[in-house]
Amino acid sequence: MAAFLELRNVSKSYGSGDTMVDVLKNVNLTIEEGEFIAIVGFTGSGKTTLISLIAGLIEPDEGEILLKGKKVNGPGPDRGVVFQNYSLLPWLSVRGNVELAVKQVFPKLNKTELAAHVEKFVGMVNLTPALQKNPTQLSGGMRQRVSVARALAMDPEILLLDEPLSALDALTRGSLQIEIERIWRESKKTIMLITNDVDEGILLADRVIPLTPGPNATLGTEFKIGFERPRNKIAINADPNFKKERNAILAYLDEVGEHRGASKEEEFVLPDIQPIVKPNRFVINR
Amino acid sequence: MERVIKALKWIGLGFFEPLIMLIQGKEVEKNIRLVFRQIIVPVLSVFIFLGACNIGADYLFKVERDRKIEKTRTVQGDAAAKQMQECIDSGDESCKPNSLPSPADVKKGAISLWEDHKSISAKKSAFKEKTAAINKKRKEAGQKAIVYTGRPSFVDQIYTSLKTVFAGFLLAALLAIPAGIVLGLSETLRTSINWIIQILKPVSPVVWLLLVSMVVKTVLANSDSDKSFVISFISVGLCSMWATLVNTAMGVSSVDQDYLNVSKVLRLGVFSNVFKVILPASIPMIFTGLRITLSVSWMVLIAIELLAQSPGLGSFVWEEFQNGANDSNAKIIVAMFVIGIIGFMLDRIMMFIQKLASFDSK
Repeated sequence: MAAFLELRNVSKSYGSGDTMVDVLKNVNLTIEEGEFIAIVGFTGSGKTTLISLIAGLIEPDEGEILLKGKKVNGPGPDRGVVFQNYSLLPWLSVRGNVELAVKQVFPKLNKTELAAHVEKFVGMVNLTPALQKNPTQLSGGMRQRVSVARALAMDPEILLLDEPLSALDALTRGSLQIEIERIWRESKKTIMLITNDVDEGILLADRVIPLTPGPNATLGTEFKIGFERPRNKIAINADPNFKKERNAILAYLDEVGEHRGASKEEEFVLPDIQPIVKPNRFVINR
Repeated sequence: MERVIKALKWIGLGFFEPLIMLIQGKEVEKNIRLVFRQIIVPVLSVFIFLGACNIGADYLFKVERDRKIEKTRTVQGDAAAKQMQECIDSGDESCKPNSLPSPADVKKGAISLWEDHKSISAKKSAFKEKTAAINKKRKEAGQKAIVYTGRPSFVDQIYTSLKTVFAGFLLAALLAIPAGIVLGLSETLRTSINWIIQILKPVSPVVWLLLVSMVVKTVLANSDSDKSFVISFISVGLCSMWATLVNTAMGVSSVDQDYLNVSKVLRLGVFSNVFKVILPASIPMIFTGLRITLSVSWMVLIAIELLAQSPGLGSFVWEEFQNGANDSNAKIIVAMFVIGIIGFMLDRIMMFIQKLASFDSK
């Protein structure tokens, strides 16, 4: 059986000539249907580039991306994207934002079906009371939930989450993590989560795959996470395996990160300065 | 009460808030300070301004008076000079020297304009009554109605000017917004047309007027429509549309990448992309352009009317200047303030509409 989503030797660079930066180099990845995988990496390692490639917002320079065996060619409703900065349209209400997406994917729905569909997914993220509100009236966490609802309502094959929680405070983050896990179980969608938080990856994903630091970032050794579902944050925190996994991933990231640090090290020669002392100016009391 | 304050803030009269709070006895100390700063000081400054005008007008009046007396002396001798001096000092209108009018004169001028308007509109309604029966018959016979052709009053002139400016503004909006959207969407078009815009933008209203009249003269040669009105409103529109054009193109071309990504991911078609994403996102910029357009069109309108001899405030000012009657100068100053106040009000109205239409002010 062919893999659900497959990346084959994907490379991407920005700029040209001397200023060219190779962001991603030879990225290979296979995701099975219904899997929840997490990509963890340092900031600036090309995580967003990776999501944009899969979403079809940008095209790879080399290699190819296959979804269900078909080559990805531009963005499409089969891949729902949740952006880091919510990307809700501020002139539309919560309902309007979700509706815009639903109308686009299911143009044949009539008015009542449309409303029911929108309400179902807004309800799934527990935002029914805020249906008529404008995004500017919502907190960051609520906005991100609208964004998730919008992506889910399009009934995509795969949900691409681009650091969805990194702009939120720790408490909201925690509750949304649990919600994302629940939504994944209920909707049985394939999810690819990009994050800079190793704990988040371990808590949610079946596999955590580190992205080595850029330039020339590529996916490193994967870590299989075998905790039971539904996952419980407190139980997992207490689990000795959690610490082991976490330390292993952190150690790995540290190792590849050190490599990056070493290449940047430079020796600075400090100027040799001596204070000028004019003896007459000072009276020293003994 | 809170609703009143909110409403006042909406229409841009938020500075009344501390006064209302003070009347209610809330936060007295803070609100006294605010009332002083936001109401008393501005009112005082108006009085200082009027006082300064008065002193200036007084001084100019004296200079003009002395010169007039001196001139009479050299031409007609001492006796006539003395007579002239007495005449001027008695305040007689007939020998008043022609100088900058004082605030009191301006007030008198405003009152006389208002009286004039009342008498003219009385005449007008009398005329209407008189011709009602005849007009009815003429209409039945398929003839044109007889209309009042007397001198327009000052208020009529204001009305005509407003009509011209709105026609010009509408023309500007109808031309500039769609063109701006198209330019904003296509970078190729934008760069290829940019030089034309940059060259035409600084062209003076007078030149536009001449250009428009060249065209309109030929096009409407055989039509009996009001040519001077058509010429002036088209010129106003062409002069003022650039701000909206440039702002719309800018707004459309600089829509937040996040919104464009949403549109791409949803695979919106061209139509919904423009109407659901790009236009709402650029509404604030478009309205800023429209506000500039409206104030520019009001500003150039006066100059254009003055030259195109189309009725309105501009031609009123010019006619008064040519007229040179005793209260002409005062009437010109009245017109100046009316023009200023109307311009200010138009800007406020646009600001209000902008608030209603923009997403970022909600």
